Amino acid sequence: MDKIKVLVAKPGLDGHDRGAKVVARALRDAGFEVVYTGLRQTPEQIAAAAAEEDVDVVAMSLLSGAHPHLFPAVVKLVREKGMKDALIIGGGVIPDGDIPALKEAGVSEVFTPGTPTGDIVEYIKAHVKK
Amino acid sequence: MENIAEEVLKGNRYALAKAITAIENERENAMEIMQKLYPHTGHAYVLGITGPPGAGKSTLTDKLAKEYRRQGKTVGIIAIDPSSPFSGGAILGDRIRMNDLTLDDGVFMRSMGTRGSLGGLSHKTADAVKVMDAFGMDVIFVETVGVGQSEVDIVKAADTTMVVLIPGMGDDIQAIKAGILEIGDIFTINKADHDGADKLATELNMMLDLDGVMKEWRPPIMKTIANQNIGIAEVVETFGKHHNHIDGNGQLTVRRTERTKNEMLDLLDSRIGEHIRRNVVENGKIDKLVEEIKARRTDPYTEAAKIVSEMLK
Repeated sequence: MDKIKVLVAKPGLDGHDRGAKVVARALRDAGFEVVYTGLRQTPEQIAAAAAEEDVDVVAMSLLSGAHPHLFPAVVKLVREKGMKDALIIGGGVIPDGDIPALKEAGVSEVFTPGTPTGDIVEYIKAHVKK
Repeated sequence: MENIAEEVLKGNRYALAKAITAIENERENAMEIMQKLYPHTGHAYVLGITGPPGAGKSTLTDKLAKEYRRQGKTVGIIAIDPSSPFSGGAILGDRIRMNDLTLDDGVFMRSMGTRGSLGGLSHKTADAVKVMDAFGMDVIFVETVGVGQSEVDIVKAADTTMVVLIPGMGDDIQAIKAGILEIGDIFTINKADHDGADKLATELNMMLDLDGVMKEWRPPIMKTIANQNIGIAEVVETFGKHHNHIDGNGQLTVRRTERTKNEMLDLLDSRIGEHIRRNVVENGKIDKLVEEIKARRTDPYTEAAKIVSEMLK
Protein backbone atom coordinates (compact mmCIF):
# COMPACT_ATOMS: atom_id res chain seq x y z
CA MET A 1 0.00 0.00 0.00
CA ASP A 2 3.04 2.23 -0.26
CA LYS A 3 2.36 5.50 -2.02
CA ILE A 4 4.94 7.90 -3.33
CA LYS A 5 4.47 11.08 -1.32
CA VAL A 6 5.53 14.40 -2.81
CA LEU A 7 5.69 17.87 -1.30
CA VAL A 8 5.03 20.51 -3.95
CA ALA A 9 6.31 23.79 -2.59
CA LYS A 10 6.77 27.32 -3.79
CA PRO A 11 9.63 28.98 -1.96
CA GLY A 12 10.01 32.70 -1.74
CA LEU A 13 7.99 35.57 -3.09
CA ASP A 14 6.51 34.17 -6.26
CA GLY A 15 2.81 34.22 -6.96
CA HIS A 16 2.78 32.08 -10.10
CA ASP A 17 1.27 28.82 -8.96
CA ARG A 18 -0.31 27.47 -12.11
CA GLY A 19 2.70 25.33 -12.93
CA ALA A 20 2.85 23.89 -9.44
CA LYS A 21 -0.85 23.07 -9.56
CA VAL A 22 -0.54 21.43 -12.98
CA VAL A 23 2.33 19.28 -11.74
CA ALA A 24 0.46 18.47 -8.51
CA ARG A 25 -2.52 17.20 -10.45
CA ALA A 26 -0.38 15.21 -12.84
CA LEU A 27 1.33 13.53 -9.90
CA ARG A 28 -2.02 12.77 -8.30
CA ASP A 29 -3.24 11.24 -11.55
CA ALA A 30 -0.15 9.08 -11.52
CA GLY A 31 -1.19 7.73 -8.12
CA PHE A 32 1.07 9.83 -5.91
CA GLU A 33 0.01 11.62 -2.74
CA VAL A 34 0.81 15.29 -3.12
CA VAL A 35 1.06 17.67 -0.20
CA TYR A 36 0.55 21.14 -1.63
CA THR A 37 1.52 23.95 0.70
CA GLY A 38 0.80 26.98 -1.45
CA LEU A 39 2.64 30.23 -1.97
CA ARG A 40 5.38 32.12 -0.16
CA GLN A 41 6.99 29.32 1.79
CA THR A 42 10.28 29.90 3.51
CA PRO A 43 12.95 27.20 3.21
CA GLU A 44 12.40 26.52 6.92
CA GLN A 45 8.69 25.93 6.37
CA ILE A 46 9.35 23.65 3.42
CA ALA A 47 11.84 21.52 5.32
CA ALA A 48 9.62 21.35 8.40
CA ALA A 49 6.61 20.27 6.33
CA ALA A 50 8.71 17.75 4.40
CA ALA A 51 9.84 16.13 7.64
CA GLU A 52 6.41 16.09 9.29
CA GLU A 53 4.87 14.56 6.21
CA ASP A 54 7.89 12.27 5.72
CA VAL A 55 7.75 12.81 1.98
CA ASP A 56 9.75 10.85 -0.56
CA VAL A 57 10.11 13.82 -2.89
CA VAL A 58 10.42 17.57 -2.43
CA ALA A 59 9.43 19.36 -5.64
CA MET A 60 10.03 23.08 -5.76
CA SER A 61 8.54 25.52 -8.21
CA LEU A 62 10.05 28.95 -8.71
CA LEU A 63 9.55 31.55 -11.38
CA SER A 64 11.00 34.60 -9.68
CA GLY A 65 14.66 33.99 -10.36
CA ALA A 66 15.58 33.38 -6.74
CA HIS A 67 16.39 29.71 -7.32
CA PRO A 68 20.18 30.03 -6.97
CA HIS A 69 19.66 31.00 -3.35
CA LEU A 70 16.44 29.28 -2.37
CA PHE A 71 16.84 25.84 -3.95
CA PRO A 72 20.16 25.06 -2.22
CA ALA A 73 18.79 26.53 1.02
CA VAL A 74 15.90 24.08 0.92
CA VAL A 75 18.21 21.16 0.14
CA LYS A 76 20.42 22.02 3.10
CA LEU A 77 17.54 22.31 5.55
CA VAL A 78 15.82 19.15 4.33
CA ARG A 79 19.03 17.15 4.78
CA GLU A 80 19.53 18.69 8.21
CA LYS A 81 16.16 17.25 9.23
CA GLY A 82 17.67 13.82 8.72
CA MET A 83 15.93 13.22 5.40
CA LYS A 84 18.94 11.90 3.56
CA ASP A 85 16.98 9.85 1.04
CA ALA A 86 14.41 12.40 -0.07
CA LEU A 87 14.54 13.13 -3.79
CA ILE A 88 14.74 16.89 -4.33
CA ILE A 89 13.71 18.30 -7.69
CA GLY A 90 12.83 21.71 -9.04
CA GLY A 91 11.10 23.46 -11.87
CA GLY A 92 10.02 26.84 -13.10
CA VAL A 93 11.82 29.61 -14.92
CA ILE A 94 15.37 28.39 -14.61
CA PRO A 95 18.01 29.16 -17.23
CA ASP A 96 19.86 26.08 -18.48
CA GLY A 97 23.11 27.70 -17.43
CA ASP A 98 22.01 27.69 -13.80
CA ILE A 99 21.19 24.01 -13.67
CA PRO A 100 24.69 22.53 -13.07
CA ALA A 101 25.13 24.66 -9.96
CA LEU A 102 21.75 23.55 -8.66
CA LYS A 103 22.67 19.92 -9.20
CA GLU A 104 25.94 20.52 -7.39
CA ALA A 105 23.90 21.82 -4.48
CA GLY A 106 21.84 18.64 -4.35
CA VAL A 107 18.87 19.24 -6.65
CA SER A 108 18.63 15.95 -8.55
CA GLU A 109 16.89 17.31 -11.62
CA VAL A 110 15.35 20.51 -12.91
CA PHE A 111 12.30 20.46 -15.16
CA THR A 112 11.96 23.59 -17.23
CA PRO A 113 8.90 24.90 -19.11
CA GLY A 114 7.71 22.56 -21.83
CA THR A 115 8.64 19.38 -20.00
CA PRO A 116 5.81 16.87 -20.36
CA THR A 117 4.42 16.08 -16.95
CA GLY A 118 4.80 12.40 -17.79
CA ASP A 119 8.58 12.91 -17.80
CA ILE A 120 8.44 14.20 -14.25
CA VAL A 121 6.33 11.23 -13.17
CA GLU A 122 8.73 8.77 -14.78
CA TYR A 123 11.76 10.48 -13.30
CA ILE A 124 10.31 10.28 -9.82
CA LYS A 125 9.36 6.63 -10.23
CA ALA A 126 12.85 5.82 -11.47
CA HIS A 127 14.77 7.74 -8.81
CA VAL A 128 12.69 7.71 -5.67
CA LYS A 129 14.17 5.75 -2.80
CA LYS A 130 11.56 3.57 -1.12
CA MET B 1 15.43 4.76 11.47
CA GLU B 2 16.16 2.46 14.33
CA ASN B 3 14.13 2.29 17.52
CA ILE B 4 11.32 4.44 16.20
CA ALA B 5 9.03 3.79 19.17
CA GLU B 6 11.74 4.67 21.68
CA GLU B 7 12.54 7.83 19.77
CA VAL B 8 8.87 8.84 19.68
CA LEU B 9 8.71 8.52 23.46
CA LYS B 10 11.80 10.71 23.71
CA GLY B 11 10.02 13.46 21.79
CA ASN B 12 11.78 13.03 18.45
CA ARG B 13 9.51 14.68 15.85
CA TYR B 14 11.09 12.91 12.89
CA ALA B 15 10.53 9.58 14.65
CA LEU B 16 6.87 10.53 15.03
CA ALA B 17 6.72 11.17 11.29
CA LYS B 18 8.42 7.85 10.58
CA ALA B 19 6.04 6.00 12.89
CA ILE B 20 3.01 7.39 11.07
CA THR B 21 4.57 6.46 7.72
CA ALA B 22 5.15 2.89 8.92
CA ILE B 23 1.50 2.63 9.98
CA GLU B 24 0.14 4.17 6.80
CA ASN B 25 2.10 1.88 4.56
CA GLU B 26 1.65 -1.23 6.69
CA ARG B 27 5.39 -1.68 7.00
CA GLU B 28 6.81 -4.66 8.83
CA ASN B 29 7.77 -2.62 11.85
CA ALA B 30 4.33 -1.08 12.24
CA MET B 31 2.98 -3.66 14.62
CA GLU B 32 6.02 -3.51 16.89
CA ILE B 33 5.81 0.28 16.99
CA MET B 34 2.14 0.15 17.99
CA GLN B 35 2.76 -2.55 20.58
CA LYS B 36 5.49 -0.48 22.21
CA LEU B 37 3.56 2.77 22.11
CA TYR B 38 0.11 1.52 23.11
CA PRO B 39 0.79 1.51 26.87
CA HIS B 40 1.60 5.21 26.61
CA THR B 41 -1.72 6.23 25.07
CA GLY B 42 -4.98 7.35 26.60
CA HIS B 43 -4.10 10.90 27.63
CA ALA B 44 -4.79 13.06 24.62
CA TYR B 45 -8.18 14.62 24.05
CA VAL B 46 -9.35 13.86 20.53
CA LEU B 47 -11.47 16.36 18.62
CA GLY B 48 -13.21 15.37 15.42
CA ILE B 49 -13.87 18.10 12.90
CA THR B 50 -16.18 17.25 10.04
CA GLY B 51 -18.46 18.98 7.57
CA PRO B 52 -18.91 19.58 3.86
CA PRO B 53 -16.01 20.65 1.66
CA GLY B 54 -15.49 24.40 1.71
CA ALA B 55 -16.99 24.90 5.15
CA GLY B 56 -13.67 26.14 6.48
CA LYS B 57 -12.65 23.15 8.59
CA SER B 58 -8.93 23.64 7.99
CA THR B 59 -9.04 27.37 8.60
CA LEU B 60 -11.01 26.76 11.79
CA THR B 61 -8.63 24.04 12.92
CA ASP B 62 -5.73 26.44 12.38
CA LYS B 63 -7.34 29.06 14.60
CA LEU B 64 -8.45 26.55 17.23
CA ALA B 65 -4.98 25.05 17.38
CA LYS B 66 -3.49 28.50 17.92
CA GLU B 67 -5.90 29.14 20.78
CA TYR B 68 -4.88 25.86 22.42
CA ARG B 69 -1.25 26.84 21.92
CA ARG B 70 -1.95 30.16 23.63
CA GLN B 71 -3.21 28.08 26.56
CA GLY B 72 0.05 26.15 26.61
CA LYS B 73 -1.27 22.91 25.18
CA THR B 74 0.51 20.84 22.52
CA VAL B 75 -1.53 20.00 19.46
CA GLY B 76 -1.55 17.19 16.93
CA ILE B 77 -3.47 17.54 13.69
CA ILE B 78 -4.41 14.84 11.22
CA ALA B 79 -5.87 16.33 8.06
CA ILE B 80 -7.61 13.88 5.78
CA ASP B 81 -8.30 14.47 2.10
CA PRO B 82 -9.90 12.16 -0.43
CA SER B 83 -7.83 9.79 -2.54
CA SER B 84 -8.84 9.43 -6.17
CA PRO B 85 -10.79 6.24 -6.65
CA PHE B 86 -9.25 5.98 -10.12
CA SER B 87 -5.58 6.75 -9.73
CA GLY B 88 -5.23 6.13 -6.02
CA GLY B 89 -3.43 9.45 -5.72
CA ALA B 90 -4.46 12.47 -3.71
CA ILE B 91 -3.94 16.17 -3.35
CA LEU B 92 -3.44 16.74 0.36
CA GLY B 93 -4.16 20.43 0.56
CA ASP B 94 -5.23 21.13 4.13
CA ARG B 95 -1.81 22.32 5.30
CA ILE B 96 -2.16 25.34 3.06
CA ARG B 97 -4.64 26.82 5.53
CA MET B 98 -2.43 26.04 8.49
CA ASN B 99 0.95 27.28 7.32
CA ASP B 100 1.67 29.32 10.45
CA LEU B 101 1.68 26.15 12.49
CA THR B 102 4.44 24.48 10.50
CA LEU B 103 7.23 26.11 12.48
CA ASP B 104 5.57 25.73 15.87
CA ASP B 105 7.30 22.91 17.73
CA GLY B 106 4.25 22.47 19.90
CA VAL B 107 2.22 21.40 16.87
CA PHE B 108 2.58 18.33 14.68
CA MET B 109 0.56 18.19 11.50
CA ARG B 110 0.15 15.24 9.17
CA SER B 111 -1.87 14.90 6.00
CA MET B 112 -3.42 11.57 5.06
CA GLY B 113 -5.33 10.36 2.02
CA THR B 114 -8.39 8.20 2.46
CA ARG B 115 -6.76 5.54 0.24
CA GLY B 116 -9.94 3.79 -0.64
CA SER B 117 -11.14 3.41 2.91
CA LEU B 118 -14.91 3.67 2.48
CA GLY B 119 -15.46 5.60 5.65
CA GLY B 120 -12.53 7.90 5.07
CA LEU B 121 -11.17 6.93 8.44
CA SER B 122 -9.49 3.61 8.73
CA HIS B 123 -7.73 2.05 11.63
CA LYS B 124 -4.63 3.76 10.31
CA THR B 125 -5.96 7.14 11.34
CA ALA B 126 -6.80 5.77 14.77
CA ASP B 127 -3.23 4.43 14.99
CA ALA B 128 -1.79 7.77 13.94
CA VAL B 129 -3.83 9.39 16.71
CA LYS B 130 -2.36 6.90 19.18
CA VAL B 131 1.18 7.63 18.08
CA MET B 132 0.62 11.36 18.56
CA ASP B 133 -0.95 10.57 21.94
CA ALA B 134 2.09 8.54 23.01
CA PHE B 135 4.33 11.36 21.76
CA GLY B 136 2.62 13.57 24.31
CA MET B 137 0.14 15.73 22.43
CA ASP B 138 -2.51 17.18 24.74
CA VAL B 139 -5.11 17.75 22.04
CA ILE B 140 -5.41 15.96 18.71
CA PHE B 141 -7.60 17.23 15.88
CA VAL B 142 -8.84 14.79 13.27
CA GLU B 143 -10.17 16.73 10.33
CA THR B 144 -12.10 14.72 7.81
CA VAL B 145 -13.25 14.85 4.25
CA GLY B 146 -16.79 15.61 5.29
CA VAL B 147 -18.75 13.65 2.73
CA GLY B 148 -20.67 10.49 3.26
CA GLN B 149 -19.75 7.78 5.68
CA SER B 150 -16.76 9.55 7.14
CA GLU B 151 -19.03 11.78 9.17
CA VAL B 152 -20.17 8.76 11.08
CA ASP B 153 -16.73 7.20 11.26
CA ILE B 154 -15.22 10.17 12.95
CA VAL B 155 -17.43 9.71 15.98
CA LYS B 156 -15.67 6.45 16.51
CA ALA B 157 -12.26 8.13 16.66
CA ALA B 158 -13.02 11.29 18.60
CA ASP B 159 -14.02 12.24 22.14
CA THR B 160 -15.87 15.33 20.94
CA THR B 161 -17.11 15.83 17.39
CA MET B 162 -17.77 19.20 15.84
CA VAL B 163 -19.75 19.56 12.64
CA VAL B 164 -18.89 22.66 10.64
CA LEU B 165 -21.53 24.10 8.35
CA ILE B 166 -21.80 27.26 6.29
CA PRO B 167 -24.87 29.27 5.37
CA GLY B 168 -26.20 29.51 1.88
CA MET B 169 -25.57 25.95 0.75
CA GLY B 170 -28.79 25.84 -1.19
CA ASP B 171 -31.65 24.37 0.79
CA ASP B 172 -30.45 24.47 4.37
CA ILE B 173 -32.02 21.09 4.91
CA GLN B 174 -29.51 19.71 2.41
CA ALA B 175 -26.77 20.47 4.85
CA ILE B 176 -28.55 18.69 7.62
CA LYS B 177 -28.58 15.21 6.19
CA ALA B 178 -28.99 11.99 8.06
CA GLY B 179 -26.02 11.28 10.23
CA ILE B 180 -24.76 14.79 10.80
CA LEU B 181 -27.40 15.70 13.34
CA GLU B 182 -26.75 12.51 15.21
CA ILE B 183 -22.99 12.79 15.45
CA GLY B 184 -22.41 16.44 16.25
CA ASP B 185 -21.64 17.25 19.86
CA ILE B 186 -21.17 20.82 18.72
CA PHE B 187 -22.36 22.56 15.56
CA THR B 188 -20.41 25.51 14.26
CA ILE B 189 -21.71 27.81 11.59
CA ASN B 190 -18.61 29.22 9.97
CA LYS B 191 -18.58 32.23 7.61
CA ALA B 192 -21.29 33.48 9.95
CA ASP B 193 -21.14 36.92 8.35
CA HIS B 194 -22.73 35.45 5.22
CA ASP B 195 -26.46 35.69 4.54
CA GLY B 196 -28.47 32.90 6.03
CA ALA B 197 -26.38 32.24 9.12
CA ASP B 198 -29.22 33.00 11.52
CA LYS B 199 -31.66 31.04 9.40
CA LEU B 200 -29.36 28.02 9.46
CA ALA B 201 -29.00 28.28 13.23
CA THR B 202 -32.78 28.33 13.57
CA GLU B 203 -33.17 25.35 11.25
CA LEU B 204 -30.55 23.39 13.19
CA ASN B 205 -32.24 24.18 16.47
CA MET B 206 -35.58 23.11 15.08
CA MET B 207 -34.07 19.84 13.89
CA LEU B 208 -32.51 19.25 17.29
CA ASP B 209 -35.87 20.00 18.92
CA LEU B 210 -37.52 17.42 16.70
CA ASP B 211 -34.98 14.89 17.82
CA GLY B 212 -37.35 13.19 20.22
CA VAL B 213 -34.86 11.51 22.53
CA MET B 214 -34.05 13.67 25.53
CA LYS B 215 -30.31 13.80 25.63
CA GLU B 216 -28.35 15.25 28.50
CA TRP B 217 -26.16 17.34 26.27
CA ARG B 218 -27.94 19.64 23.89
CA PRO B 219 -25.41 20.36 21.10
CA PRO B 220 -24.74 24.08 21.12
CA ILE B 221 -24.83 26.03 17.86
CA MET B 222 -21.74 28.19 17.63
CA LYS B 223 -20.98 30.91 15.11
CA THR B 224 -17.55 31.72 13.81
CA ILE B 225 -15.81 33.74 11.16
CA ALA B 226 -12.66 31.68 11.17
CA ASN B 227 -10.53 33.75 8.83
CA GLN B 228 -11.14 36.78 11.04
CA ASN B 229 -10.50 34.80 14.21
CA ILE B 230 -14.02 35.50 15.49
CA GLY B 231 -15.80 33.04 17.78
CA ILE B 232 -12.72 30.86 18.27
CA ALA B 233 -12.22 31.20 22.00
CA GLU B 234 -15.90 30.42 22.55
CA VAL B 235 -15.60 27.17 20.56
CA VAL B 236 -12.54 26.10 22.58
CA GLU B 237 -14.45 26.89 25.77
CA THR B 238 -17.34 24.75 24.50
CA PHE B 239 -14.96 21.86 23.77
CA GLY B 240 -13.90 22.16 27.40
CA LYS B 241 -17.51 22.14 28.59
CA HIS B 242 -18.28 19.01 26.57
CA HIS B 243 -15.15 17.34 27.85
CA ASN B 244 -16.14 18.05 31.43
CA HIS B 245 -19.67 16.92 30.76
CA ILE B 246 -18.79 13.52 29.32
CA ASP B 247 -16.01 13.06 31.84
CA GLY B 248 -18.40 13.80 34.66
CA ASN B 249 -21.22 11.51 33.59
CA GLY B 250 -19.05 8.59 32.56
CA GLN B 251 -19.80 9.03 28.88
CA LEU B 252 -16.13 9.56 28.09
CA THR B 253 -15.30 6.12 29.41
CA VAL B 254 -18.21 4.61 27.50
CA ARG B 255 -17.10 6.28 24.26
CA ARG B 256 -13.51 5.21 24.65
CA THR B 257 -14.57 1.67 25.42
CA GLU B 258 -16.70 1.65 22.25
CA ARG B 259 -13.75 3.08 20.39
CA THR B 260 -11.36 0.43 21.60
CA LYS B 261 -13.85 -2.26 20.61
CA ASN B 262 -14.41 -0.77 17.15
CA GLU B 263 -10.70 -0.40 16.59
CA MET B 264 -10.18 -4.03 17.54
CA LEU B 265 -12.88 -5.10 15.09
CA ASP B 266 -11.45 -2.86 12.35
CA LEU B 267 -8.04 -4.36 12.97
CA LEU B 268 -9.43 -7.88 12.73
CA ASP B 269 -11.29 -6.99 9.53
CA SER B 270 -8.12 -5.59 8.11
CA ARG B 271 -5.97 -8.59 9.05
CA ILE B 272 -8.47 -10.99 7.60
CA GLY B 273 -8.73 -8.87 4.46
CA GLU B 274 -4.96 -9.02 4.18
CA HIS B 275 -5.03 -12.78 4.47
CA ILE B 276 -7.61 -12.99 1.70
CA ARG B 277 -5.58 -10.63 -0.46
CA ARG B 278 -2.48 -12.71 -0.10
CA ASN B 279 -4.03 -16.15 -0.37
CA VAL B 280 -6.78 -15.63 -2.87
CA VAL B 281 -6.09 -12.52 -4.94
CA GLU B 282 -2.34 -12.31 -5.31
CA ASN B 283 -1.83 -15.96 -6.19
CA GLY B 284 -4.46 -15.79 -8.91
CA LYS B 285 -6.77 -18.22 -7.19
CA ILE B 286 -9.62 -15.79 -7.52
CA ASP B 287 -9.24 -15.52 -11.30
CA LYS B 288 -9.63 -19.28 -11.65
CA LEU B 289 -12.65 -19.21 -9.37
CA VAL B 290 -14.22 -16.40 -11.38
CA GLU B 291 -13.96 -18.49 -14.56
CA GLU B 292 -15.67 -21.43 -12.84
CA ILE B 293 -18.33 -19.12 -11.46
CA LYS B 294 -18.94 -17.45 -14.83
CA ALA B 295 -19.42 -20.85 -16.41
CA ARG B 296 -21.97 -21.61 -13.70
CA ARG B 297 -19.99 -24.73 -12.71
CA THR B 298 -20.02 -23.30 -9.21
CA ASP B 299 -21.31 -20.16 -7.48
CA PRO B 300 -19.77 -17.35 -5.38
CA TYR B 301 -21.53 -18.48 -2.19
CA THR B 302 -20.18 -22.01 -2.25
CA GLU B 303 -16.67 -20.84 -3.06
CA ALA B 304 -16.71 -18.15 -0.39
CA ALA B 305 -17.80 -20.69 2.20
CA LYS B 306 -15.00 -23.04 1.10
CA ILE B 307 -12.36 -20.31 1.41
CA VAL B 308 -13.55 -19.29 4.85
CA SER B 309 -13.67 -22.83 6.21
CA GLU B 310 -10.15 -23.44 4.87
CA MET B 311 -8.96 -20.27 6.58
CA LEU B 312 -10.45 -21.37 9.83
CA LYS B 313 -8.85 -24.81 9.84
